[in-house]
Amino acid sequence: MSDTFPSLKLVPKDDRPQSAKDFKTDQEVRWCPGCGDYAILAAVQSFMPELGIRRENTVFVSGIGCSSRFPYYMNTYGMHSIHGRAPAIATGLAASRPDLSVWVVTGDGDALSIGGNHLIHALRRNVNLKILLFNNRIYGLTKGQYSPTSEVGKITKSTPMGSLDHPFNPLSLAIGAEATFVARTIDSDRQHLTSVLRAAARHQGTALVEIYQNCNIFNDGAFEILKEPATRDEALIRLQHGEPITFADHGVFRDPDGELRVAPVTDANRDQVIVHDAHALSPARAFALSRIADADTLHHTPIGVLRDIQRPVYDTLMADQLATATSQHGPGDLSTLLAGNDTWTVG
Amino acid sequence: MTSQVDQSEAVDGPDGNGGASVPAAPLGGRQGPAKPIRRLDRVIIRFAGDSGDGMQLTGDRFTSETASFGNDLSTLPNFPAEIRAPAGTLPGVSSFQLHFADHDILTPGDAPNVLVAMNPAALKANIGDLPRGADIIVNTDEFTKRALAKVGYAADPLADGSLEAFHLHKVPLTSLTVEALKESGLARKDAERAKNMFALGLLSWLYHRPTHGTEKFLRQKFAKKPAIAEANIKAFRAGWNFGETTEDFAVSYEVPPAALAPGTYRNISGNLALSYGLIAASQRSGLPLFLGSYPITPASDILHELSRHKNFGVRTFQAEDEIAGIGAALGAAFGGALGVTTTSGPGVALKSETVGLAVSLELPLLVVDIQRGGPSTGLPTKTEQADLLQAMFGRNGEAPVPIVAPATPAECFDAALEAARIAVTYRTPVLLLSDGYLANGSEPWRIPQVDELPAITPDFADGPNHVLEDGSEVFWPYQRDPQTLARPWAVPGTPGLEHRIGGIEKQDGTGNISYDPANHDFMVRTRQAKIDGIAVPPAVVDDPSGEARVLVLGWGSTYGPITAAVRRVRADGGVVAQAHLRNLNPFPANLGAVLKGYDKVIVPEMNLGQLALLLRAKYLVDAQSYNQVRGLPFKAAQLADVLWAAIGTLEENDV
Repeated sequence: MSDTFPSLKLVPKDDRPQSAKDFKTDQEVRWCPGCGDYAILAAVQSFMPELGIRRENTVFVSGIGCSSRFPYYMNTYGMHSIHGRAPAIATGLAASRPDLSVWVVTGDGDALSIGGNHLIHALRRNVNLKILLFNNRIYGLTKGQYSPTSEVGKITKSTPMGSLDHPFNPLSLAIGAEATFVARTIDSDRQHLTSVLRAAARHQGTALVEIYQNCNIFNDGAFEILKEPATRDEALIRLQHGEPITFADHGVFRDPDGELRVAPVTDANRDQVIVHDAHALSPARAFALSRIADADTLHHTPIGVLRDIQRPVYDTLMADQLATATSQHGPGDLSTLLAGNDTWTVG
Repeated sequence: MTSQVDQSEAVDGPDGNGGASVPAAPLGGRQGPAKPIRRLDRVIIRFAGDSGDGMQLTGDRFTSETASFGNDLSTLPNFPAEIRAPAGTLPGVSSFQLHFADHDILTPGDAPNVLVAMNPAALKANIGDLPRGADIIVNTDEFTKRALAKVGYAADPLADGSLEAFHLHKVPLTSLTVEALKESGLARKDAERAKNMFALGLLSWLYHRPTHGTEKFLRQKFAKKPAIAEANIKAFRAGWNFGETTEDFAVSYEVPPAALAPGTYRNISGNLALSYGLIAASQRSGLPLFLGSYPITPASDILHELSRHKNFGVRTFQAEDEIAGIGAALGAAFGGALGVTTTSGPGVALKSETVGLAVSLELPLLVVDIQRGGPSTGLPTKTEQADLLQAMFGRNGEAPVPIVAPATPAECFDAALEAARIAVTYRTPVLLLSDGYLANGSEPWRIPQVDELPAITPDFADGPNHVLEDGSEVFWPYQRDPQTLARPWAVPGTPGLEHRIGGIEKQDGTGNISYDPANHDFMVRTRQAKIDGIAVPPAVVDDPSGEARVLVLGWGSTYGPITAAVRRVRADGGVVAQAHLRNLNPFPANLGAVLKGYDKVIVPEMNLGQLALLLRAKYLVDAQSYNQVRGLPFKAAQLADVLWAAIGTLEENDV
């Protein structure tokens, strides 16, 4: 499996067959009936056996929020921590234990509001973490206030006259924060969700996966346009590395001024449709793609892997420094350290 | 310089026979000076200058020379928070005080015998601390009209007679240094920078300090700039020779080595000792050390030091903020590391929520608080011990945390080991309260043998610990050890022990989420009982006659001045008992009985009475506070007065 998942090369393999059932706990799942989190949980539990690693070497760390209950339902090691801090906690764990597969489960409030600082620094460091950001564009656990991804003007309990805040675009933010892997998927599309999880798991370093997730209590239907058979084909842009970016007879083109633009594909312009390159070192194209959707209608929302590049992984670099120091100075000797160079003897 | 005053304020124990003249004797390997030598039992020197004058370095070198000579010593660096405050101004003055003696001493001394003032600002900022008769060595080159006016001297104090009460030595340090280096080829500006080494050379001659270490140090420090190294060494030697030849210094002084307990010694500062203690705890427990930290004065030196020892398997992580620092340490602890975070008071405030999480998760974690003046940014480079109540109570909910506090710089080593022992044994975050004075102060340290150090046993869980009714064996993450009430520490990678923990209340035993009222009540009380039950050494009372009615009780860095004050009182016939707390939560089991054994309990603290508040609440004793929050340690004389007053009050009442 180490060939399929190079990011897990230091994690012990499990030769025994695993199934989704092995990753379920005896705890009753307590999300609201109809919550998008159920679909994500089922997809993750089904996907985990594919990694072929020992279950006990897998850890899920979360913050606070509805999504952050996730670790309780995964029969691995897990920590449900405090609001916004999961990336920091997971960084300490991953940096000191390269033999673990560490996953962070977070939400739009947890990751982008109270924990924004930890998220951007985890991304730039490129720690070997897989961050699943469940974005429902609302605060669920605190019962319906607007979130940092809510649209301007949104009426919520805390914004009776409409939200004044301009929202974050999580993928633009991640790309701006030097992320090496940035992807988006949707809770209800099991196949696509699994394919993105697979790509994230393969990635060496920090992977940010934004999962559009429906909160059927406080923000129901937020992503309906991307799910309804009648609208989804022209609303969604499914990115495939190495393939022209097309959807529903449309394609993505580059204007002379460098901006990306959606237009119908014709025989005349077919060869000008841009080809998606997730491995491009420059983040410019991925950033432009992250902003191609219409913020109000979600039309032309790209899903899939926007960016997936190679950069040295923080935990590996840290372990290398320890190894280098040990080879240069030998393993530390406590007596020698305590004595130092400048001693005197009495009696 | 014919008299080396020995003012009573500086007494750090009974006066010795300071001042006895002995015949000049050649120093080892060096031609002895042709001037008379007087023997002193102790000296307090303060080097003062601009922040850029290298006073801390000068003090450090004099300290090293003094340590290697075998004196007991204690130091007090005192510097502004600004890295380079405007030159020549009072806020820019940086100083380093050193007390060294032929006997065991406890403080950096109340008042200097000798002040080295590199400019008018340094003179003005420090003159108030000098007793009459003290020696002042001034760099006359800096006493220009402009420099005098900058600090508000209307007349030149070197000429107007205002320093008549002192022995004034006017030395043109800058021009003598430049003169000594005129062959070096250095630009005048570069040559001038070596004037601190000239001053160090002069003081080294005056007190017969060994010079070999400083020359070696300079060669190493400027290994890449040999010309600078040679210039500094030349200036250093020139200063020595100046002392030997100038008529201004008629006498030199000798302070014989102190009689310390047998052993091998080195000089060590609190932050260095603490760093070594953490590495020792890692080695003794077999747990890899992980430090998550964010730079903050006066704790950053621990981050710097630990980052140099990666060959001990030490991982240091400079986090994006204080919260991430402790978060990463807690994450590493979950993975089986010795997780540590280092900070000062403002950082502890930011870490509070994560400390609470660690209390709930019941994972080992060390939180090191090098206290400084507060609130808010406060006095970043000055000392205070006002975080005790923050350490004790600064979290939401009932979140008890053990507290360990070293009393001296060298004790920071033991405190780190003790904090780690408690954290690992009881699966709990531990707060270690040091302070700026301990962190930067230094003293001789008898280097321990590694096998003398306590062993720390992680005792990781490796299998099921509970049998269900149906006979199946399971792992319960909150199944406690009946003795310690500690829960098992099962680290990821251990097969069969997969479990989830979190900040939500957990059911006793299973660790599953529980909102049951009775369970919460039980868990809150159990977490408290676990901390209350931690085994800590009993409080030791020093009451030689057994007849004392006054007890002075302290904690942390006040140990030095309190003990010095107690010695003074006893030397003058007073009867007083002393105890000092190293464990502040839980308190030693015998503390209540100790307190009730005295008619009066005096608690000196560098805060407004935080320990006294805890003692009063817990033991219903009338503990009397004596408080100071000046950013500086207590003076022994000041505390001795307080103790005499307490003794006097009792005697008055008896009449």
